[in-house]
Amino acid sequence: MIKEIRILADHRIQYIADLRNQVLSERFRGRPVISAEITSSQAEAAATMCPTAAIDGESGSIDLGRCTFCNACAFMFPGVFRFSADYRIAASERSGLIVKPGQTGWSGFNGLAVRPVIRRLFRRALKLRQVSAGGDNSCEMELHAAGNVNFDMGRYGIEFVASPRHADGIVITGPVSENMADALEMTYRAVPSPRLIILCGTDAISGGLFAGSPAVKRDFIEKHHIDLYVPGNPAHPLTFITGIMDMLGI
Amino acid sequence: MNASVPAGTEDIPVLDYSLFREELITMLGREQFHCLNYFCHRIPEGLRFMCCIADDETGTIRILCHEKKDGGTSLRSLSDSCTAMHIFEREIHERYGLGFEGHPWLKPVRYPHDRADRRNVISTYPFYEMESEVLHEVGVGPVHAGVIEPGHFRFICNGEKVLHLEIQLGYQHRGIERLFTEAGENGLRRSLLAESIAGDTATGHGLAHAQLSESLAGFIPPPSLEIERCIALEMERIGIHIGDTAALCADVAYQLGQVACEALRTLIINTTQFWCGNRFGKGLIRPGGSDYPLTEKIADEILRVLGEVERRYVNVTDCVYTLPSVLGRFEETGTVSRQQALSAGAVGMAARSCGLVRDIRASHPFQYYRQMEIKPALQTKGDVMARGRLRVMEVRESAGIIRKLVEVWKNGEKNTGRPVYDLRFMPESLAVSVTEGWRGEICHVALTDADGRLVDYRIKDPSLHNWMALALAVRNQEISDFPLCNKSFNLSYCGNDL
Repeated sequence: MIKEIRILADHRIQYIADLRNQVLSERFRGRPVISAEITSSQAEAAATMCPTAAIDGESGSIDLGRCTFCNACAFMFPGVFRFSADYRIAASERSGLIVKPGQTGWSGFNGLAVRPVIRRLFRRALKLRQVSAGGDNSCEMELHAAGNVNFDMGRYGIEFVASPRHADGIVITGPVSENMADALEMTYRAVPSPRLIILCGTDAISGGLFAGSPAVKRDFIEKHHIDLYVPGNPAHPLTFITGIMDMLGI
Repeated sequence: MNASVPAGTEDIPVLDYSLFREELITMLGREQFHCLNYFCHRIPEGLRFMCCIADDETGTIRILCHEKKDGGTSLRSLSDSCTAMHIFEREIHERYGLGFEGHPWLKPVRYPHDRADRRNVISTYPFYEMESEVLHEVGVGPVHAGVIEPGHFRFICNGEKVLHLEIQLGYQHRGIERLFTEAGENGLRRSLLAESIAGDTATGHGLAHAQLSESLAGFIPPPSLEIERCIALEMERIGIHIGDTAALCADVAYQLGQVACEALRTLIINTTQFWCGNRFGKGLIRPGGSDYPLTEKIADEILRVLGEVERRYVNVTDCVYTLPSVLGRFEETGTVSRQQALSAGAVGMAARSCGLVRDIRASHPFQYYRQMEIKPALQTKGDVMARGRLRVMEVRESAGIIRKLVEVWKNGEKNTGRPVYDLRFMPESLAVSVTEGWRGEICHVALTDADGRLVDYRIKDPSLHNWMALALAVRNQEISDFPLCNKSFNLSYCGNDL
């Protein structure tokens, strides 16, 4: 008993009260900031160097759906590219993931793009089934952490459930390997309608480093409507939870 | 060969297959040898086989080579003499269609995109079956109840007792080895790929790749860079071991242990984030240098967090491993004998929990471990309890290693340079790189052509061997103990599937 009390005394209260306004360590790589003064030669050089073709060679904008947050562009042109510690970078539309030079703040989340049925039915309880389809286990571990004592997304009624039959939607991680394509389809079909699809991590959104690999098959992603995009390598639990909160209108 | 120096491919003697096989069987019959990687690749005249054998006593790696140019469709198997080789021969069979006479069953390993027979698909996997009126089968996966990677487990049970478990993988195959060769000279892209082989082992695999690139280019890292890498590797080990302790507690419904360990893991991985901006250490390990060299401020923060976490983790685990309700579930559950571990070719934690010492940091020291004396922590019983307690021992050991490393770092010269992404590789070379990740030994092998271009990149995650140990662990156990056994190994799906 004494031992347990000592553990609890050390443990104290762990949950983060305000999930939207946390200050992460300075080096955390979240929303990029691109200088409005970027030159076309800088944009071109960065685009050529970018390992996942996330940078547009003409404008210098960054597509967070492809970006692996490796920071190589910021090391190449320190005054031009910078990754801020702002973790609120989830988007309701694919086009919302593109960050333009001179842009400040996050405008990727467009509430009007959220299907009305989502807020009507799931605002107070959202049960999700996770499907890893070629994920490297870092996104999966962060999704698991989203329910832990620190991030505690369960306080909003958001949780992962064991069966797709009990779920309101699926969260996909990984570039969708060919060998998982059928199982992903079957899991989605097992979720009762209306159902939603969330893509978590750069690999899921665009294929990331694995885009174009002959072992990847992305038909499922291409043929379905995606309700939420959560970028990251891996996506931070705070990015995931605040993205869902924005989607649900919490 | 010495692990840090590549061998010229011309200098590796090509053995006739009967001699190749005989040599391997003689070596692998002795405990001091084990196979790091055995693979096959195409050459203009046929197939070339490369086998990398670790000699734990001398700390060297032996390379054996055979070239098959006769167009024949099969070879005499090694697996009936050395069971641990079964997985490599299955892989070669699956990719190149070659048969191995005497192999018990050449089952698919991962259904790679470049497999010999595309008609074989993952839904037609040939499971082992037992015909009986009383037995039943239970199929689980590929999508599991928890938030984990996909794989299929097929149990044959007598009532609640598991007679046999077959683990079918391949769902995670992303073709990553081929992406390495396609990335070629782009060291940045290769580094990112290495960190994604298994995202929970970004540092372990990242280091194996960086080390391999450097050895192919003849680059010698300065001591400060080596020290920083070892610190990162031990941080990864501590973070995962504490997280696994939380998961083990969760599986036996001991909530206090679970939440206390979850919070402690957060402290460790947030310190890694403080250092390099990523909780999994992605971005930290690069060939030729570092984007995030250690600073006094970061080193002090690591020491501070380590002190706090170690003290609290010891308190929690004192509680966990003395609680009767926990011991009742952990003790004598999922036991693997030393002999089984040896014949399955188990490495890392899975081996060390049943008295088999396999630790690359001690046997084939790399980076700054060369200057240190590592005494691997050891347990002997091979059950869930042993794997749990081994984690406690290793967390304390790693904390001690980090403290020593930080001390040396503080007193030494700090000349960690920036990463070099365009290292020129030696032509016609074979390089082998081994590291000890938190699961066990990681082995990357690369081959270059006459112009120094990468022609082959082969990866072995410790899980490749250790999945078999898990299958053996659950025999004669209750099926309800499977999640606990699985968690106690915590193996990688994507590391196996590549």
